[in-house]
Amino acid sequence: MPVIEIKNLSFSYEKQTILEDINLTVEEKDFLAIIGPNGGGKSTLLKLILGINPVKKGSIKTFGEKPKKNLSKIGYVPQNTNVNTDFPIKVIEVVLMGHIGTKRPLFGYAQEEKMCALGALAQVGMEKFAEQKIGSLSGGQRQRVMIARALCAHPQILILDEPTASIDIEGQKQIYKLLEDLNQHITIIVVSHDISVIMKYANKIAHINKHLTHHHASKETGLQHECDHYCEVEMFNQFKEVK
Amino acid sequence: MFEALSYDFIQNALIAGILVSMASGIIGSLIVVNRMVFLAGGIAHTAYGGIGVAVFLGLPIFLGASIFAVLAALIIATITLKHRERMDTFIGLMWAVGMAVGVVLIDLTPGYQADFMSYLFGSILAVSQSDIWFMSGLLAVIGFIMTFWYRDILAVSYDSEYANLRGINVRFFYTLILVLSALTVVVAIKVVGLILVIALLTIPVYIAEKLSNTLYSMMILSGIFSSIFTLIGLWFSYEYDIASGASIILVSAVTLFLFLGVNALRGKA
Repeated sequence: MPVIEIKNLSFSYEKQTILEDINLTVEEKDFLAIIGPNGGGKSTLLKLILGINPVKKGSIKTFGEKPKKNLSKIGYVPQNTNVNTDFPIKVIEVVLMGHIGTKRPLFGYAQEEKMCALGALAQVGMEKFAEQKIGSLSGGQRQRVMIARALCAHPQILILDEPTASIDIEGQKQIYKLLEDLNQHITIIVVSHDISVIMKYANKIAHINKHLTHHHASKETGLQHECDHYCEVEMFNQFKEVK
Repeated sequence: MFEALSYDFIQNALIAGILVSMASGIIGSLIVVNRMVFLAGGIAHTAYGGIGVAVFLGLPIFLGASIFAVLAALIIATITLKHRERMDTFIGLMWAVGMAVGVVLIDLTPGYQADFMSYLFGSILAVSQSDIWFMSGLLAVIGFIMTFWYRDILAVSYDSEYANLRGINVRFFYTLILVLSALTVVVAIKVVGLILVIALLTIPVYIAEKLSNTLYSMMILSGIFSSIFTLIGLWFSYEYDIASGASIILVSAVTLFLFLGVNALRGKA
């Protein structure tokens, strides 16, 4: 059974059509990259998968059911992690937010929740920073904390929106290396502009600009696309040839 | 100074000062981290309409002000959740209309002009026993909510989008924060007045934020700072016979400037 199955999905805000007739299947342990221009509908598609926007036309099924039913199986890392850096909150508390909505004690945090949060921090290599204020971390470190927060709920799918947008090159490499490791066990979906990096790790690429175009990527054959739709992937291929 | 402590009204003022400081420390922290300072200002001034209504109808002032402030909070919550882009216009409108209603109704009340200033600038020395019960009750409610819903309120304040995703009712907690702010503003009006209330909700909180690692410690620290400023302010007020509200705010402001100065020097060194 595919973990996500999207059929004939269309979505519009008032009269403006954002997505039209999208079909997409994500299998277990896929590494799907979603690319496309700004305003092309990438974030809207994520919000539909996460059940934030209601599906009006077509269908989305996660684990064979409506998105709202399986929110706890999906971990989400939002786009901008540099907001609210003055907020007085410790790294461990941010990670503990991943637990909310599940069984919980009358007040405070249960011991097993704390252990689990520390485990998630260890998974992303940030356990030493647990007691630090989130604002004292670098962009890349903060991004890893957000990934730990998503991992805290033991998701089967991890969705990241532009995870490397505001991070230096070294930090970006570390994030993708981490995602590659996580991909051994869980499905990963990444929205990104960064095609060169995505090429190395993704096994499926979806280009979204109102419509969706599939591309299969593999390390052996390079990129192949299924239609003559022009996009960054072709640009990237041409760029490679020139080089 | 010490003989002053034997007067009932001074004792009441000290107790009220500490109760209101703790409440405004906790709620002020939420207002600051949620970037709601302007909203709280709007609620404070709208509450003046409630004071006017209460004076005109002969109702208890706290009751009238509370009902108006809570209504204002509910309206602001609805507007900010639905039409975020026009929020400042609506708040500005309520701010002015609330004041106007208050001024007109107090004018229309026969023989009642004396206390006009006391609501604008506070009258902590006129705190009654029933006022103290009201303040204690509010602080107890705030403490109860913060104990049992701390993690939800923390999540909503830090990252409301993610909180929503994890199944927290963001609208409910956002509205709850605003309603608690409204009630806190009402009791703080008694201490520093509605014009100065914003300073009490922000100055101690700003200092505490810089010194805190967690929202919880920020709330406690704000409450302590606020209490200290209030007590020192009251002492100045008593000793030099100046308005208590303004005196409290100036003590807070001077401390803030010293704090910022020390921080700046440390940064250079």
